[in-house]
Amino acid sequence: MPIIIYNSLLAYVINMEEIMKIAIPVDDGNVCVSFGRTPYFMLYDTDNNESRFINNSAANSQGGAGIKAAQIIVDNNADVLITPRCGQNAAEVLIAANVKIYKALNNSIEENLTEFKNDKLSILTEIHAGFHGDRGR
Amino acid sequence: MVTGEDKMKIAVLSGKGGTGKTFISVNLTFVAGNSNYIDCDVEEPNGHLYFKPKILKKEKIYEKIPQVDKERCNGCRKCVEFCKFNALAYIKDNVFVFEDICHSCGGCSLICPEKAILEKDKEIGEVQEGVFKDSKIYTGILNTGEETGVSIIKKLLTNANNKSYTFIDCPPGSSCSVMESIKDADYCILVAEPTLFGVHNFNMVYNLVKLFDKPFGAVLNKCLDGENPAEEFCNEKKIKILCKIPFEHELGKVNSNAEIASVKNEKYHNLFSSLLKTIQEEAGK
Repeated sequence: MPIIIYNSLLAYVINMEEIMKIAIPVDDGNVCVSFGRTPYFMLYDTDNNESRFINNSAANSQGGAGIKAAQIIVDNNADVLITPRCGQNAAEVLIAANVKIYKALNNSIEENLTEFKNDKLSILTEIHAGFHGDRGR
Repeated sequence: MVTGEDKMKIAVLSGKGGTGKTFISVNLTFVAGNSNYIDCDVEEPNGHLYFKPKILKKEKIYEKIPQVDKERCNGCRKCVEFCKFNALAYIKDNVFVFEDICHSCGGCSLICPEKAILEKDKEIGEVQEGVFKDSKIYTGILNTGEETGVSIIKKLLTNANNKSYTFIDCPPGSSCSVMESIKDADYCILVAEPTLFGVHNFNMVYNLVKLFDKPFGAVLNKCLDGENPAEEFCNEKKIKILCKIPFEHELGKVNSNAEIASVKNEKYHNLFSSLLKTIQEEAGK
């Protein structure tokens, strides 16, 4: 039976039996605090329990890193993103692509995957406005 | 009539905000008379508060934002790859445009092989033209929430003619909007205050005017007795100190009442007249 999760922002229909690709921003073996500027993404496949790592080419962008990083997640066909935080523009891209965004529990990749599989992670509801600063204009 | 040779564009910049750019440019405009005052601090223009100019003209300023023709787009994503600001994304056969991120460079529209990207106007602010006695007062206003006022500054500076003097009241900092403001200046006045923070940002505009190879000098504002880190910095870098303005209760009061110090007190009129003369001499070197 699918579980339907509701909150003020999003409603996800999750079927844990489905094959899913999970993306997590990672940095030195841990979950990275930044989504847009994380050095790598880990892509975990629930089908074969395999993971691979990709470079985040958005990390060094002058601006709009979140948008580009979200594009990378979408282009790699991730269904789920587990991240400590996510900016507004990135969320817009991810939501448009039906990528479900979950809040990372802590910085352990393994624990977050386990908790996700046990359906213990909550949906990321705090979408921040971005850390845009001056962008050197 | 003044000839082209006699016209002089003087930019006033400081790095740190609240150092006295507007105070100095407003007073120089007043003592010079028959000048242009151009408020390029488009995020919070305040020179008009002193002049209370009679507004003659208002003009809206627009920027170009890409608009994708879905019928023509074949999803090649060249535009997404091209945009260095990451203002475009391609999701589910649609190009997403992030208007706030877009710098209106027009590149995506140019490179689209299918000619699927058109441009639409987006209002970002306005330019006001007013008069104060025989001087022209130009004010740029950037709408709240807009990212950059560079196009407003460009438009403002097209007015820097027809008068012997144009005083350009720059935005704080040393980023694109400041570079745009000083680009065509004949002389730069760097305003400094006697704080370490002030000196830190003063150093940034000092490097900027050197990079632009502009003649420049410093005005030390808010001077108190005792040590002055800004003065030490100027001496160390051999920067010409054009004048020192004391930190006085009267000046604070006059400024906070949005009055022009040179109007209120002969002493300040003399100070700014003498500063103007020094600038003329320095710029003539």
